[in-house]
Amino acid sequence: MPEHSRRNVLKSGGAAAAAVMAPLPDGPRPVTAPHQVRQAAQPKAVTDLTLEVNGERHRLEGVEARVTLLDALRERAGLTGAKKGCDRGECGACTVLADGRRIKACLTLAVMQDGRSITTVEGLARGERLHPVQEAFIRRDAFQCGICTPGQIMSAVACIEEGHTGSEDEIREWMSGNLCRCSCYPNIVDAVADAAKAVR
Amino acid sequence: MRDFSYVRPDAAAEAVRLVARSADATFVAGGTDLLNLMKDGAEDHALVVDISRLPLAGIEESGGRLRIGAMARMADVALHPVVPKRLPLLSQALLASASPQVRTMATIGGNLLQRTRCWYFRGTGFACNKREPGSGCAALEGRSRWHAVLGGGDHCIAVHPSDLAVALRALDATVHTLGPDGARTVSLADFYREPGDTPHIDNALRHGELITAVEVPLPPAGTHQRYLKLRDRATFEFAVVSVAAVLRTRGRIVEEARLAFGGIATQPWRSAEAEAALRGKPLTERNIAAAGRVLVRDAQPREDNEFKVELVQRALQDVLGRYTGGSR
Ligand SMILES: Cc1cc2nc3c(=O)[nH]c(=O)nc-3n(C[C@H](O)[C@H](O)[C@H](O)COP(=O)(O)OP(=O)(O)OC[C@H]3O[C@@H](n4cnc5c(N)ncnc54)[C@H](O)[C@@H]3O)c2cc1C
Ligand code: FES
Ligand code: FES
Repeated sequence: MPEHSRRNVLKSGGAAAAAVMAPLPDGPRPVTAPHQVRQAAQPKAVTDLTLEVNGERHRLEGVEARVTLLDALRERAGLTGAKKGCDRGECGACTVLADGRRIKACLTLAVMQDGRSITTVEGLARGERLHPVQEAFIRRDAFQCGICTPGQIMSAVACIEEGHTGSEDEIREWMSGNLCRCSCYPNIVDAVADAAKAVR
Repeated sequence: MRDFSYVRPDAAAEAVRLVARSADATFVAGGTDLLNLMKDGAEDHALVVDISRLPLAGIEESGGRLRIGAMARMADVALHPVVPKRLPLLSQALLASASPQVRTMATIGGNLLQRTRCWYFRGTGFACNKREPGSGCAALEGRSRWHAVLGGGDHCIAVHPSDLAVALRALDATVHTLGPDGARTVSLADFYREPGDTPHIDNALRHGELITAVEVPLPPAGTHQRYLKLRDRATFEFAVVSVAAVLRTRGRIVEEARLAFGGIATQPWRSAEAEAALRGKPLTERNIAAAGRVLVRDAQPREDNEFKVELVQRALQDVLGRYTGGSR
């Protein structure tokens, strides 16, 4: 089987060389790793990337291509707000905003999000002032163990922004990507409805 | 996930070239299926070529057709101004798929190419001819509630899980591609493959061939369109059975009924015989029931999925029944 390493991808000529350059803010750089990172037979691709997280520029160096956005946020940027529930896109605990839209951070590679602006639950409050969705979750007692809550809150922020809060049924449908093992759904729906009014 | 190399080329032709030249390279668009497949070990790739930022996300109407770029996200297509109005079936199928977050990420091209949710395929501890040709099929003797009653065989009974593909099949869509040998167009009718004895081949694409767009003819005004998806919970679940219908009537007489079915077959399923059973006849409960019987005539159910034979007929009755005006 052909191996892909920096060397054999680069040596295929100018066009291919351009292809392995990621458009990083501070100029193009090869996405694949220098060989000394690991001498195993398997080629290993490592990259530097930049994420703007909660308004702050994070330069992440030496990130393996296989690292998900979720793992990069939790383990490299030190932001553990986004949770890893299933790691398969099924639970929504890892929900964050990418360029303002809600995504599941476990289903995308960090390198695929290079240059994007990410918002996690840590980025919602303004100093001591909670975001209206956070306040509504507290007021409505919309959590028990709390593991799903950061994802619920990020999804709710987007759900309200998208305008899908016209009725209880609409909220339930458009919050359906976020599961709650403690089954706080009635209170979550109330919190989202309250917050939608507060935001508008 | 095993480690791999990653590149993000600027041009579609370059992406095609990079994947086409090595057997263990693949594309990634939204990543929502590929990442799961690689985490589960059902797929393994040494090179992942990111096509998600290629300028192929446009949606354009011209000459009575809607052309949807392969990189358009499910969420954006479902809510595009033309789609709910002219292709409500497409909009309904997309909004009944996955979750809002997945729909924001997932692309139209990736959706058509998502792989089966058969748990024997996704769980590497089982025999699976689709994952590992020649290893056998654990579903044949195993739990087959999610499996096909039509279009299967001795080698594979896995269902194609896409709701979008079912809707597009009823809408007579075509797929535009770019391969190492250039561009071509494939009708969706010829796109998916019956498993036969090569269930590892899902579709007509060659290795390295990129879907660039999907094109849908816009049905004339007054055409009824509806997608019905039956699942084990109210939402955020794959179809147990689904029906996509495009129906044109003159008075009570059916001029055209294009019917596609999900959940029951190895690929998005159409039955020319069932459609013919309705054409030119009054749309009545009895004629719909006759079409349903024709649809399942060759069904090969197993213990766990026998219920689908009855369920799909009732689903068809539900979908078309609202247009009969109460005629039995
Ligand atoms: C929790 C969950 C629930 C889901 N529920 C549903 C559901 O109810 N109904 C439903 O229909 N789907 C459902 N899905 C599946 C989802 O719709 C697909 O994962 C998604 O559409 C795949 O698109 P993508 O862009 O993310 O593809 P990727 O994961 O990026 O790619 C999938 C495959 O297609 C190939 N590929 C992608 N784009 C192209 C292209 N343009 N040309 C050639 N090859 C390409 C890739 O190489 C890969 O093999 C669900 C997924 C999850 C995670
Ligand atoms: S951890 Fe991402 S959806 Fe569950
Ligand atoms: S509060 Fe416990 S999972 Fe939601």
